[in-house]
Amino acid sequence: MSAISALMRRELRSYFVTPVAYVFLVMFLVLAGILTFYSGDFYERGQADLQPFFEMHPWLYLILVPSVSMRMWAEEAKGGTLELLLTLPISLTQAMLGKFFAAWLFIGLALLLTFPIWVTVNYLGAPDNGVILAGYLGSWLMAGAYLAIGACLSTLTRSQVVAFILTVVVCFLLILVGQPQVLDFLQGMMPRKLINAVAHLSLLRHFEAIARGVLDVRDLSYFLLSIAAWLTAGVLVLDLKRTP
Amino acid sequence: MIETHELTRRYGALTAVDSLSIRAEPGQVLGLLGPNGAGKSTVMRMIAGFLVPSSGTAWVCGHDVGKEPLKAKRALGYLPEGAPSYGEMTVREFLIFILRIRGLHADIGYRRFDEVVSQLQLEGVLEQCIDTLSKGLRRRVGLAQAILHDPPVLMLDEPTDGLDPNQKHAVRQLIDAMARERTILISTHLLEEVHALCNRVVIIAKGKLLADATPAELEERSRYHGAVSFSAPGSGVSQEMLGRLPQVAAIEVDPLDGRITVFPKPGQRILEPVETLLRQQGLEVSEIQLERGRLDEVFRQITVGPANGGLTEGRG
Repeated sequence: MSAISALMRRELRSYFVTPVAYVFLVMFLVLAGILTFYSGDFYERGQADLQPFFEMHPWLYLILVPSVSMRMWAEEAKGGTLELLLTLPISLTQAMLGKFFAAWLFIGLALLLTFPIWVTVNYLGAPDNGVILAGYLGSWLMAGAYLAIGACLSTLTRSQVVAFILTVVVCFLLILVGQPQVLDFLQGMMPRKLINAVAHLSLLRHFEAIARGVLDVRDLSYFLLSIAAWLTAGVLVLDLKRTP
Repeated sequence: MIETHELTRRYGALTAVDSLSIRAEPGQVLGLLGPNGAGKSTVMRMIAGFLVPSSGTAWVCGHDVGKEPLKAKRALGYLPEGAPSYGEMTVREFLIFILRIRGLHADIGYRRFDEVVSQLQLEGVLEQCIDTLSKGLRRRVGLAQAILHDPPVLMLDEPTDGLDPNQKHAVRQLIDAMARERTILISTHLLEEVHALCNRVVIIAKGKLLADATPAELEERSRYHGAVSFSAPGSGVSQEMLGRLPQVAAIEVDPLDGRITVFPKPGQRILEPVETLLRQQGLEVSEIQLERGRLDEVFRQITVGPANGGLTEGRG
């Protein structure tokens, strides 16, 4: 445990010694605000809730989360510190968890800093704060899934740019698969059951219910399982790279 | 203790390390010697558990690196090639991180921290980012990282690479001081280091073990072992006369400085007869030396064969 938390602290700190963290936080907050008020019609809807805010998150994370996750392993491989880290008494799984939790906490901090919008909506009306809390939780879980994808793909390369692009592409595909247009397109090519399965893989589909305030066990476990699966895949890749 | 048994690592068709069995005991500084690309770093990476061998086993303090990696890693202090560290951290942050990840953050850890920092003279740069340090300082930070938990086994990949002569001296003294109760494996391609540090040497090339001996034993293999060399400026020393001595096998004259080297026949001692002869002839000799043998010559002989002394092909 102490190894995981030591690594987590180091990682978290490393976010804040470079300007990257601050740039990320500002970008996140500005974009979250803009998307909510302009694209989400926050005022015109005339409803006191944060649905337009949460609905933008899958798209916001699409760019911002990969920019956090890209450095996770690619930077270590490039700088040669991977050899240092993996010869310390820490297992691959522990190392992966330490890095993942650091990044997840960081995104959690970014989410917490959106509190003014929650204050605003409470000032303007009387929203259901339980729904908002569920929205935040769901959003954080979804960010975790994006991060786990990024963590896994970051193990594949020494280049942060490549890791970034790979992660954006994979996350984008996982958003798209649930869209009706894509499912219609697949209709003729696959059996119905397979299309259903594909649709259930979609990040967006699982998040939409949560954004409306419905916390379904299936949606929660989808995100948790996604995190576990992608992190496991990342550990496997790291292990494969050491074996001949 | 470090032990490997038929350790092998292949990269595709290339065999980087080929059935290597070595053993280093406590109190021993074992030098892993070889030309660039010989597989020194690959051997160390397998012992450190960073790379998995294609076949064979490595043990650190009796712990099988493949089966009990964490136990082996706890017993080992390792300085990887190039002394990598996290550049954005300060020296203090980095070393505290190492303490924590090794689970040593209690007061023992901090006492050890102070000890190591003063041993490696890092007091002045504790608050500096590692990125801003000179190569020599970075190497010292890497060394500090490796010895922070006071490991029984220490493995250093080219520990003095990139250091100036004073720093090299300091690092060698440190290694020497630590050697008494520890097992130390260092890799190097500097032959002076072998003299200064190691009490045993393993020479590898192209992944194969070529020699496992003490530095003195290696020197004995040299053509120069037991030879006598002297400078006799301004006097026409008669090579013919030296050649007539029954113990002498050959005579060479350095074309640059005129230094004369006399080689003995196998098993013969020639210092005394040569001296006597010179005295008898009344020749002025400014300085005379009995050669112990030249490691660089032996190294070349072992790694590329006596015929060619040129560059060998190999990976960087």
